[in-house]
Amino acid sequence: MSSLPGSIDETQALLKSGSYVAERGLATVVFLALKMGRPLLLEGEAGVGKTEIAKVLATTLGRNLIRLQCYEGLDVSSAVYEWNYAGQMMAIRLAEAAGETDRERLGADVFSERHLIKRPLLKALEAGAGGAPVLLIDELDRTDAAFEAYLLEILSDFQVTVPELGTFRAPHPPIVIITSNRTREIHDALKRRCLYHWVDYPDAPRELAILKARYPDVPAKLARQIVHYVQAIRREDLFKAPGVAETLDWASALVELDAVALDPALVSDTLGVLLKYQDDIAKIQGTKAKDLIDRARAEAR
Amino acid sequence: MQAGAVEAGTGRLAENIAYFGRALRSAGLPVGPGAVLDAVAAVEAAGIGHRADFHATLQAVFVKKREHMAVFDQAFQIFWRKRSLMERMMAAMMPVAPGEPDKPRQEALRRVSEALYDDRNRAPQEVEQQKMLDARLTVSDLEVFKRRDFEQMSAAEIEEAKRAVARLVLPLDRVVTRRMRADPNGLRVDPRASLRATLRSGAGGIALKFRAPLTVHPPIVALADISGSMSRYAQVFLHFLHALGRADRKVHGFVFATELTNISRALAAHRDPDLALAATARMVRDWDGGTRIGRALSDFNRLWSRRVLGQGAIVLLLTDGLERQETAELSFALDRLRRSCRRLIWLNPLLRYDGFEARAAGIRAMLPHVDEFRSLHNLASMADLCRALTGEPAEAAADPRRFRLPE
Repeated sequence: MSSLPGSIDETQALLKSGSYVAERGLATVVFLALKMGRPLLLEGEAGVGKTEIAKVLATTLGRNLIRLQCYEGLDVSSAVYEWNYAGQMMAIRLAEAAGETDRERLGADVFSERHLIKRPLLKALEAGAGGAPVLLIDELDRTDAAFEAYLLEILSDFQVTVPELGTFRAPHPPIVIITSNRTREIHDALKRRCLYHWVDYPDAPRELAILKARYPDVPAKLARQIVHYVQAIRREDLFKAPGVAETLDWASALVELDAVALDPALVSDTLGVLLKYQDDIAKIQGTKAKDLIDRARAEAR
Repeated sequence: MQAGAVEAGTGRLAENIAYFGRALRSAGLPVGPGAVLDAVAAVEAAGIGHRADFHATLQAVFVKKREHMAVFDQAFQIFWRKRSLMERMMAAMMPVAPGEPDKPRQEALRRVSEALYDDRNRAPQEVEQQKMLDARLTVSDLEVFKRRDFEQMSAAEIEEAKRAVARLVLPLDRVVTRRMRADPNGLRVDPRASLRATLRSGAGGIALKFRAPLTVHPPIVALADISGSMSRYAQVFLHFLHALGRADRKVHGFVFATELTNISRALAAHRDPDLALAATARMVRDWDGGTRIGRALSDFNRLWSRRVLGQGAIVLLLTDGLERQETAELSFALDRLRRSCRRLIWLNPLLRYDGFEARAAGIRAMLPHVDEFRSLHNLASMADLCRALTGEPAEAAADPRRFRLPE
């Protein structure tokens, strides 16, 4: 287990060692979250690397990663714990067959930890290999306000109460990363308990650094052109601008096609990797395409 | 009043407190006879010392919610200001209370003075107006009032309409969520509750407990055009939104003329509709401006649709559709909006005219892309909208295809 970083620079270096190129603001807020033991709420457009931070932190710090993917209707039994009903039923039948009549003892046996199925949130409160785990609560905006309210207790006290059994408390609070795509506003009460960071699209030098860190085999000239081209389309008035994930996908697609430089036909054929809305594609494919490529080439030089 | 009232005996004081309670009730505070009795008891227990103590005593009994504080304060100022009852009534009849009322409290003040004014003896010249108000309450006239166009209403009638909006039977539409709740008539077994019940009851089989899916009101996203021709309708519509938001439902409000403004927070900030609407008005910079519907809808799609249209939202779009330029952009933006929500209802006051035809370019561009096309120009049409939201099948009159012109 590596120890927690002691400064912002060390945090940046730590993330870098996991091939995550973080800007200063992000490194700062990650450092603070680790130092203060507070949950970190990351918001941003899809594909800017919010989820990746949790993964990289878990790898570089040598912790377990526990991931809770949120969805509509997520409830306590799939997020926190559930009783093993079949096992409990069996225990009742066995007790009956054995002539057990003491209801106290039967209750204690049926609702014991043996029959408790732990789901991600409860698991995150246990000490894992290498220390407290990294808990990733992904796309919190997909679930509803009721679940958010339930999270409040866990995130402020790092404890879970199972009415039949008692309270579970984390010996060491887990490192909590919450992400949201903002399809719904997260309630202020939850935001108040977290450190907040808006993960923005990277600027050209950082995006180039990310591309180099992830795909070292992309030719340097092509990489520069790709980055400048993507930066140029983000400035256009699009319904959904491409994220870093799309840039990386596109780079790997172009490498697969043995491209060494951007040309209009190639861009036009592979635009579906970058843009996912027909009107966005139509807007870029028109007369603008060549213009944008020329500009990207000029800037890349 | 302090010394005088007490010397005159508790009877007189109790009577005054009862009057005060009635004034508060007409100003919108939930004050029942029990509260008045409590107030008399409280004043007797606390004794009447300073005016501030007296204020605090009455407030402790009458005010149960923070948003009622402003109304109570104003009522107290007016009611307990002068020594004699006569003077108090005179004071109550002044259109504006003397002193320096805070600006945000103007709305509360207006309601209080209306309430006091209505409850007490009136000056002779007001009797006629009283008669008129009474006359309006007969059944047939109430019907006429419900059918009167918001645009043709006087300021007083608009106020009356806004109060009627608050009393409207709100839509009862519910959508199924994937969350479950305990329900004895449910169709699915709740294993956890069953086991607990089994252990509680002892041996002898498993006691089955059931559950059913939880239902909620779907969120409503409203886009209101506040340009010059629409501002009257938009005012009443915002009151309607406020009433919807008070009834356990998520409401997102946006207004646009030349630019799009998100007013959701302001709308939900106060329970009192007048305070909420005042807060909204402070946020908006382009009331009564020109209109760019296409631009506003594109902005909404790009900046907000992904943030507010989740969870199966219903979109209410209030606009007359009179856009001259950019009809291509308008058509495209509305098409995308319709694809992003569960139901898109266009509310257009122009439909009030019997011979309405979809001739304007903007209206022609918008019509193919809405699920329903309704009028919203009086209280009756607003009640129709509530019924439509409740889930009754849309009547033929609301079908947008009715207005399509032959190509």
